[in-house]
Amino acid sequence: MASQEILREEPNRGSFINDPKIRSLFFQTLVVIIVFGSLWWIVNNVIENLQRLHIASGFQFLRSRAGFDISTTPIEYTSDSTYGRALVVGLLNTIIVAVAGIITATIIGFIVGIGRLSQNWLIRKICTVYVEVFRNIPPLLVIFFWYSGVLAVLPAPRESYHLPFGSYLNQRGFYFPRPVWGDGSWLIGVAFLLALAMAWFVAHRASQRQMTTGQQFPVFWTSVALIVGLPLLAFLLGGMPVTFDFPKQSTFNLTGGFQVKPEFLSLYLALSFYTAAFIAEIVRAGIRGVSRGQTEAAGALGLRSGPILRLVVVPQAMRIVIPPLTSQYLNLTKNSSLAIAIGYPDLTATAGTVLNQTGQAVEGVFIMMIAYLVLSLVTSFVMNIVNARMALVER
Amino acid sequence: MKHIAIGILGAAALGFMASAASAGTLDTVKQKGFLQCGVSTGLAGFSAPDDKGDWKGIDADFCRAVAAAVFGDASKVKFTPLSAKERFTALQSGEIDILSRNTTWTSNRDSALGLDFVGVTYYDGQGFMINAKKLPGVNSALQLSGAAVCVQSGTTTELNLADYFKKNKMEYNPVVFEKLEEVNAAYDAGRCDAYTTDQSGLYGIRLTLSSPADHVVLPEIISKEPLGPAVRQGDDQWAHIARWTYFALLNAEEAGITQANVDEMKTSTDPNIQRLLGTEPDGKYGADLGLSNDWVVNIVKAVGNYGEMFERNVGSGSPLKIARGINALWTKGGLQYGPPVR
Amino acid sequence: MQEHDMSWVRTEMALAQPAPPTERGAYAWVRKNLIGSVGDTVLTVLGIAIVLWILPQVINWAFINAQWTGPDRTVCTTVAQGGIQPDGWTGACWAFVNAKFGQFMFGTYPVEERWRPILVAILFVVLLVPMLIPRVPRKGLNALLLFVALPIVAFFLLVGGVFGLPHVETPRWGGLLVTLSLSFVGIAVSLPMGVVLALGRRSKMPIIKWLCVVFIETVRGIPLITVLFFASVMLPLFLPEGVSFDKYLRALIGVSLFAAAYMAEVIRGGLQAIPKGQYEGADSLGLGYWQKMGLIVLPQALKLVIPGIVNTFIGMFKDTSLVLIISMFDLLGVVKQNFADPNWASPQTPKSGLIFAAFVFWLFCFGMSRYSMYTERRLDTGYKR
Repeated sequence: MASQEILREEPNRGSFINDPKIRSLFFQTLVVIIVFGSLWWIVNNVIENLQRLHIASGFQFLRSRAGFDISTTPIEYTSDSTYGRALVVGLLNTIIVAVAGIITATIIGFIVGIGRLSQNWLIRKICTVYVEVFRNIPPLLVIFFWYSGVLAVLPAPRESYHLPFGSYLNQRGFYFPRPVWGDGSWLIGVAFLLALAMAWFVAHRASQRQMTTGQQFPVFWTSVALIVGLPLLAFLLGGMPVTFDFPKQSTFNLTGGFQVKPEFLSLYLALSFYTAAFIAEIVRAGIRGVSRGQTEAAGALGLRSGPILRLVVVPQAMRIVIPPLTSQYLNLTKNSSLAIAIGYPDLTATAGTVLNQTGQAVEGVFIMMIAYLVLSLVTSFVMNIVNARMALVER
Repeated sequence: MKHIAIGILGAAALGFMASAASAGTLDTVKQKGFLQCGVSTGLAGFSAPDDKGDWKGIDADFCRAVAAAVFGDASKVKFTPLSAKERFTALQSGEIDILSRNTTWTSNRDSALGLDFVGVTYYDGQGFMINAKKLPGVNSALQLSGAAVCVQSGTTTELNLADYFKKNKMEYNPVVFEKLEEVNAAYDAGRCDAYTTDQSGLYGIRLTLSSPADHVVLPEIISKEPLGPAVRQGDDQWAHIARWTYFALLNAEEAGITQANVDEMKTSTDPNIQRLLGTEPDGKYGADLGLSNDWVVNIVKAVGNYGEMFERNVGSGSPLKIARGINALWTKGGLQYGPPVR
Repeated sequence: MQEHDMSWVRTEMALAQPAPPTERGAYAWVRKNLIGSVGDTVLTVLGIAIVLWILPQVINWAFINAQWTGPDRTVCTTVAQGGIQPDGWTGACWAFVNAKFGQFMFGTYPVEERWRPILVAILFVVLLVPMLIPRVPRKGLNALLLFVALPIVAFFLLVGGVFGLPHVETPRWGGLLVTLSLSFVGIAVSLPMGVVLALGRRSKMPIIKWLCVVFIETVRGIPLITVLFFASVMLPLFLPEGVSFDKYLRALIGVSLFAAAYMAEVIRGGLQAIPKGQYEGADSLGLGYWQKMGLIVLPQALKLVIPGIVNTFIGMFKDTSLVLIISMFDLLGVVKQNFADPNWASPQTPKSGLIFAAFVFWLFCFGMSRYSMYTERRLDTGYKR
């Protein structure tokens, strides 16, 4: 692009050409002129083309009626809603699948990554095969496999698998009862929040006590008891205000209840399993990055292998793991745009439909880019905070 | 390194870049020596590549007819497969000269999208297909309340579907895909109860399912789908050529001129046929359009008349076996009506 | 000096005792690796159960019940579906892959011209193999041939229109040809672009640095599909009236821009790993910026990041499958397109086709990742991506 000579501190040779400051200024001006010149040229071309072809422009279309339906709508949406709302639905769908995928991929990735370092030969090999298979095929193919697999294995709606608690599984998705919140259910919410606060308090006190006296307290089980028990108590005391809407068989499909569509299921599973292979490698590298002496020293202190992993190895490995983990999370979010291939209405798919129905390609692609950029920035931001906290713990 | 990149890009750009003067489309097409025609990525009967990569179908043949009218040679046409999403920008940007891709003529597309529709080469309507084996007793689209319906995104079909179910106060579950192949695959795998698209398309798609005999097309037609070729707005001469190619195909059928008898027809004394085939002593109807005077002869020699084109691609001569119906000539009770050449 | 009574010293070595039976042979291995503890044993049993559950099904489907040759869909469908197989049969339909193999490799490239891509592939292999073997000399010439001469020769061979070769327009290209050519040209273009961007990002000139950072971070923040959408839908509107790009070229631009941003980050890692002394040494010799970078820093930095470059290439190779979303037919696109062929429509066709495509992709990617690991070990620079 341009050169620079700033590192060289030279006596002035009396010529402008060899003055690093002037050269630097010259090149930067040149680059600015070239870049903004071509930008201006492009914008000019776009405006001219749009006018010549009588294509509408501007963002007014966001307020007009969309006219198409979307299969998965986390917020209220009908064909009478606006294009703007359709885009919001798409964005929410992207966020839902990305967050769900990130959680699952992390869990599977850690299990497989630790499995690759297992003492057990068979487990080690199975995990290696898993990683090598998933890392080396395109994510799009993984998605197709899950989708055709899900559709091929599951039965038609009339032969649904009945699962416990009134849930069903068939080609149209996974159905489970949806809670209907009646009067007085606010009590449960309050109880839940209260339980969370108490659990946090217990954990805090327990660690303080361990620091001073060395005595341990079963924090985990107490917290579970609190978080499950308190809302349950509130539920019973409030006169059982929550009822359930069970899925029922109708002419074509099951109606009622809560439905998780196969498109979501397969995209979520595919993204999780694909990204998990990469996370497993990162975790493996992280754990191997912790020196063996740490494990041996912990063993010499009398810790068992479980606590060694939990208290000594993983916290140190996290320091190595988090930065590449962040980029895998970003990749997963970006790969969720492959949803378009199996018809999950994520941001790319809805923006594509909007773009096509309105014919306003420039605005459509612009919105898409901005939305993904913001998502990426938010993910990076959150992970940077986590990273900073980990660094403190490590010290 | 930088120079290498520029070198490669430069070489590639020279080979791939199709530059055209901003003059009329006819001149650019003549100058580059072929017609660039936008078609679908594969819809049997309309535009689909065969095993050798030759495009077959009514939409592909229309482009051949235009090429025959312009060059007198139907082989001077190149096809660009386009998805539903890409088709309009491809035409707007000049990547293709004509869009012949089972596209529905709507007011919005004619105005805000910068297109100019030429005519209706196929009057279609949106219908539904279901698996009769799995859903016995369903014989009307009005029984589809609660059904999961497979549909391709970015089409008028998607909008009509929403309107139809809303109007009839029925619930449904849209299952929307980007590509026709994906819709087909999902429907075949049983993901949806019904499949909706243009009825002609349903017949074509049925052939590609794993057990075609199980599926039936429901009788309802829920929308008007006039399918036709489109050109860029603002080039009247080019629009006229495309439009009159279409009318010429209709007029040829009406006058009984076929691929087989076009040469003997040239000796006809019927003034109507003479005008059409450019054999009238000092008629210059072709030249007025910017073409040669025997343009209709070239068209009919290349692809036959409209009726032949129809029967060969979607009618009795094809696996689709679609009846002419409203696509018959006006003289036979259909809607196809070509204004006279004179 | 002291005299020793040597009488108790053995004159010959004691016979080596075999290790106790629990510590040797298959038993010890099993004990150590499979049933080391209760938990281990449970895991082993679980693992064996999984393997026993999956493996027979896979072998049955892919080999024993598979159909290898056949004229059309009848060999891959059961009687009820209109075929010849007994009801309840499931097996791979390799006959489909067999019949469509030419298309999977070349798309609709004219049959009589297919020697051209084959020749290009042979040239590519001939130039690539010595490039990959570290012992073979003349790497510079080799690289020049591979990255400069080959693309030009391949371009004229594949596109044609000169030297009496018929012109083959890019919409007729397809299959593995598109996958490989897109990713190879993509890498050849994105590597120099990545170098320029990485240097720009480390530049001390604020405006240049800022522009490079914005470009790199923007591209890395959005999915490739959006970039491809951008290239296929918006690029035509950027150009003046009447000028348009071939779709293949547009996809190429999209893929190259995308890869360049990732490449820039990989190369930046290499640049940062070069000790400051190298820069200062070059300065003290009086080398100019480009001399310093071209002769001292970049050769070391690029060598350091070969594994990273190969990994980026693997990513790019996999990502080319996304061009099917803008209706270009790469390997995956052609395979999917052929599912619609009424002659081969059967419940087994999609599975077989997808598995074939996955296998081809896997073969290439696995080979490349092994090579990357090999160079990583050989260079052993401690650089980690």
